[in-house]
Amino acid sequence: MKLNVLVVDDSAAIRKILLRVLSQTDLPVEKVQEASDGVEALKIMNSDNINLVLSDVNMPNMDGLELLTTVRANAAWKAVSVIMITTEGSQAKVLEAVQLGANGYVRKPFTAEQIKEKVLSCLKGVPA
Amino acid sequence: MEQEFIEKAVLNAAQDVFSTMLGMEAAHIAALSDAGSTDDRERVVALIGIAGDYIGTGMIGCSPKLACKASSVMMMAEYAAVDVEVLDAMGEIANMIFGNVKTALESEVGALGLSIPTVVFGRNFSTRSMGNHAWIHVPMKVDEEEIDIRFCIAPNVAVLRQVKHGFKKEYALAEV
Repeated sequence: MKLNVLVVDDSAAIRKILLRVLSQTDLPVEKVQEASDGVEALKIMNSDNINLVLSDVNMPNMDGLELLTTVRANAAWKAVSVIMITTEGSQAKVLEAVQLGANGYVRKPFTAEQIKEKVLSCLKGVPA
Repeated sequence: MEQEFIEKAVLNAAQDVFSTMLGMEAAHIAALSDAGSTDDRERVVALIGIAGDYIGTGMIGCSPKLACKASSVMMMAEYAAVDVEVLDAMGEIANMIFGNVKTALESEVGALGLSIPTVVFGRNFSTRSMGNHAWIHVPMKVDEEEIDIRFCIAPNVAVLRQVKHGFKKEYALAEV
């Protein structure tokens, strides 16, 4: 399956790092787009066929958990995998994200290998 | 919260960020070599706020040389001088360090919020945070360059008033 990825983070530095990780690993990435918050992310998802979202949690305008809730409430996006990438490391936050429908959770700071593993787990349909 | 607990949280978070994200070792040092200096060297300073039942500020300060090196490693690009991308990278480093400090503190005091980082670059400036609580200093050395990491946190007075007037049930508050 070819990946049409959306990277959502208010940090331009993190977006750049994730774009680099996705381009340099051997993941089947076809296209990568960026958004700086949940509002921007939804605009892109409404106009393009995104199948993987890598999203921060703490963002202005619309945070990652609200974005996740919105994606999961839309039947058209049922198959979209969402991986949260965030400094929020408490068990409560991880549980909240999983209960809202996140397919994976990566804590910042992260390595390229950790991102790759989480994406591969999502592709295999294995809870990450 | 014990000062030692906070200091350890800051140290662990900084070492984790530098080693995981940048592949660089961050060593805790006794003091900065230029502590108290008022020279006008250029500095890069990233500030981030903490909010909630406890409020405070986290700060990291370093030379432009270290900021460029850290950014170059983190972004896998070459930065010979501080530009907007270096400032973004330093803001994100502060966000990751104090985001992880926040997570550690939340196990003691409950949910806290983190502000968007602000990064300042220039020479001959000083920083000051309002309030009379002491800063916790965690000076470190990364790749032979010093980095000044500071953290200040105190109970939120507005919350104290709520506790006093009985609006909140028992709540553990301790002086830092």
